[in-house]
Amino acid sequence: MKKTAAMGLAVLAALLAGGLLAPKWLLFLVTMSAANGLVSLGIVLMMRGGVVSFGQGLVFAAGGYAAALVSNKLGVSDALLLAAAGGGAAVLLAAPFAPLLARYRGIFFAMLTLALSMVLYGVLMKSESLGGSDGFNMRRPTLLGFSIPDAWSGYALYALVVTIAVLLSTAARVYFDSARGLVALAIRENELRVEYLGASVRRVMALDFVLAAFLGGVGGALAVMALGHIEPQFSYWTTSGEFVFVSILAGHHSVAAVFAASLVLELVRSFSSAYFPNTWQLALGLFLLIVIRFLPKGLGSLFNRFSRQAAP
Amino acid sequence: MNTALTILADGVAYASWLFIVALGLTLVFGVLKILNVAHGSFYAVGAYAAATFVAWFATWGFAPWLSLIALLLGSVAVAALLAPLTERGLLRVFYGRDEVLLVLVTYALFLVLEDLMKLVWGVNPYFVTAPYGLFGNVQIGGQSYVGYDLALVAVAITCGLGVWWGLNRTRAGKVVLAVIHSAEIAASMGVNVGRVYTFAFMFGIFLAALGGALTAPMISVQPGVSVAVVIVSFAVVIIGGLGSIEGAAIGALIVGMARSLAVHTWPPAELFSIYAAMAVVLIFRPEGLFQRVKARRI
Amino acid sequence: MTVLSARGLCKHFDGVVAADQVTIEVAAGERVGLIGSNGAGKTTFVNMITGYLKPDEGRIELQGRDITPLGPRQIERLGVARSFQIPQLFPELSVLDNMLAADACAQGGLSAWQPARDAARRARAEAGLDRFSLREHAARRVAELAGGVRKLLDIAVALTRAPSVLLLDEPTSGVSVEEKFPVMETVMGALDRARTTVLFVEHDMEIVQRYASRVVAFYSGRVLADGAPAAVLADAEVRRHVTGAEA
Repeated sequence: MKKTAAMGLAVLAALLAGGLLAPKWLLFLVTMSAANGLVSLGIVLMMRGGVVSFGQGLVFAAGGYAAALVSNKLGVSDALLLAAAGGGAAVLLAAPFAPLLARYRGIFFAMLTLALSMVLYGVLMKSESLGGSDGFNMRRPTLLGFSIPDAWSGYALYALVVTIAVLLSTAARVYFDSARGLVALAIRENELRVEYLGASVRRVMALDFVLAAFLGGVGGALAVMALGHIEPQFSYWTTSGEFVFVSILAGHHSVAAVFAASLVLELVRSFSSAYFPNTWQLALGLFLLIVIRFLPKGLGSLFNRFSRQAAP
Repeated sequence: MNTALTILADGVAYASWLFIVALGLTLVFGVLKILNVAHGSFYAVGAYAAATFVAWFATWGFAPWLSLIALLLGSVAVAALLAPLTERGLLRVFYGRDEVLLVLVTYALFLVLEDLMKLVWGVNPYFVTAPYGLFGNVQIGGQSYVGYDLALVAVAITCGLGVWWGLNRTRAGKVVLAVIHSAEIAASMGVNVGRVYTFAFMFGIFLAALGGALTAPMISVQPGVSVAVVIVSFAVVIIGGLGSIEGAAIGALIVGMARSLAVHTWPPAELFSIYAAMAVVLIFRPEGLFQRVKARRI
Repeated sequence: MTVLSARGLCKHFDGVVAADQVTIEVAAGERVGLIGSNGAGKTTFVNMITGYLKPDEGRIELQGRDITPLGPRQIERLGVARSFQIPQLFPELSVLDNMLAADACAQGGLSAWQPARDAARRARAEAGLDRFSLREHAARRVAELAGGVRKLLDIAVALTRAPSVLLLDEPTSGVSVEEKFPVMETVMGALDRARTTVLFVEHDMEIVQRYASRVVAFYSGRVLADGAPAAVLADAEVRRHVTGAEA
């Protein structure tokens, strides 16, 4: 565990230092991929237990709207508090459904998570008080009591998002390596045997659902802070689909791979819009097919071949 | 009274094209055990193809009523060209793999088709108005209905009965039913399961494209049409039960009526009511209203 | 001292009688062989003991405590473990991880931060593998293992929490003829040292004769005979319905 924490700090230091040299567009890309990466990390967490959520947009939107509302209506401006609010709101929304969803697998788990996210979408689209289909804007947050000057806004948000992402990733890695994390992998392989060995499959799955919701909610809050805008599209099925894409691309073996995959998505999206319009989805689709066919354990499995510790 | 009739008419009209599309989706799942995310994309391709064929027919100076043939031709072309390519070239590679994995493969296909459509037909909307006015208006009980809408209902019913009859009353249909029941056993009895898969997939895609083609005159055909259809048709087959024809019909009616009711009485519910129904069914009766597939629940 | 007691167990499925007034009392340290042709009710009995099925009637007690309504998880916690006819393992994980996962499950109160592979757990897992001479396979994926090795691992996994009662479901089925006796020697040797009470379902009568201290024969859901191996195997009814030899 100490080794993981040390690695995390090293990565964070490198990212913060590197960010000072990077151009604004790259900073923004990495900021968005880090925020979105957290959401996908939640899906990966659940994937380790053997289920794929097609409705992570639910918690992404919940976190985003919560942060935006707390900022606009309650006047809270501190970014860390807003991120916490996002995570907390997502957990509150997801928790009642956790025991229920803990009993579902396969297509039915995917469809139920999808349905729930679309219900939220439907509600948000028609909520005039929340801006309806247009959503609404959020003003720039403050950081530890200081308001962020324009010149530094890009880097400040980058630093915030990257720090939270690294912190939560480190925690996730510790969780994956823990007893609970190993049992989740066992559940994915053979849940009957897990029950026969004395562990409660449902309790593990339910907790994982709530943890994934927290990650999604924080990701949503950070994304809203970076974009300055929230809208119902956050909960739409195609948004959830993108998070699933990143999770499949990354695989469930490496936490770093999730953020690498998230960055790939953002890069493909940006470069395609700039140079080959109307091809980014084509590129993603082909990418996905190639990964499914030739690299079924995701990019993360490539990472592991180069690292000493083959940590599943 | 008028409102009630309007709600009913609207609901049934919406349910008609939705049923045609959902029928294809549920058939593909029933036979190939694949929940095809790209089904809505084939709907869109059908709509675009219809637009193209109708435009060609007009350029060639064909009589207006022939535009209906153009719609049909569009769907057939889509099915004949794209379906075997998709099934043999792509899906076949992943047969036997996890059901969720196949959903991901079809999701990738959806992404690919979205952009391919933009590359082929561009991003500007197409309007296929010619066929819509062909049936004029019909007076029933003091209310005026668009003939086309009624014709669509008739087509939907025909499709449903046709598929039911084809499956249950023909020899080929019995073979398909056998494959639905167990591909392994059917194969051991000499059935060419590969061919059944290809045919079933082609027919399913044909229905999706037909749904798109027949709806084209009522909408503006543009990028993004597929997206809503994907999710709504999923709601229908989940509510009705994956693999069930009756389910697709009842599911389409429920979704159509729920939407119509919401639109006319409480608009805020228009969107979430459909998905709330889907969630409720998944929570209390995951197999759907017409059980055919055992839900994976612990 | 009776460690496991099943009294009057009845179970039927859609008209098929899987268990009919089955009564068996097992003393600590016994090695009970459960024999019977397919469908005789052996596996149903094992499933009821381990909580996978609830008997329609009857009572099951473990060291005096009623376990009839409990599920597999709770029964495992009380010290009853089972192995499976078709090994139930975690295919994509390594052999060592299989043992570590079993260790984690058995611990109870799953920790969200304590490493699953720390020194103490590794030592326990490796010791578990050593008992069956499986240490050499530690890093290999279970999916790559041969049948006999998987069988042994399946049993090794079941023994993770040092159960007081172990149910082995056909421990030598699927194992090649040359491996059968070595496997049973290893397993029974390890169990003897741990003084575990064992019930094992078996079709191979030589194995039964060699390793059982007591034999219970099933037929049509009923207990046909129950006693010393030689006596039961010589019993006319048993020979007719189970072993197939002419009376």
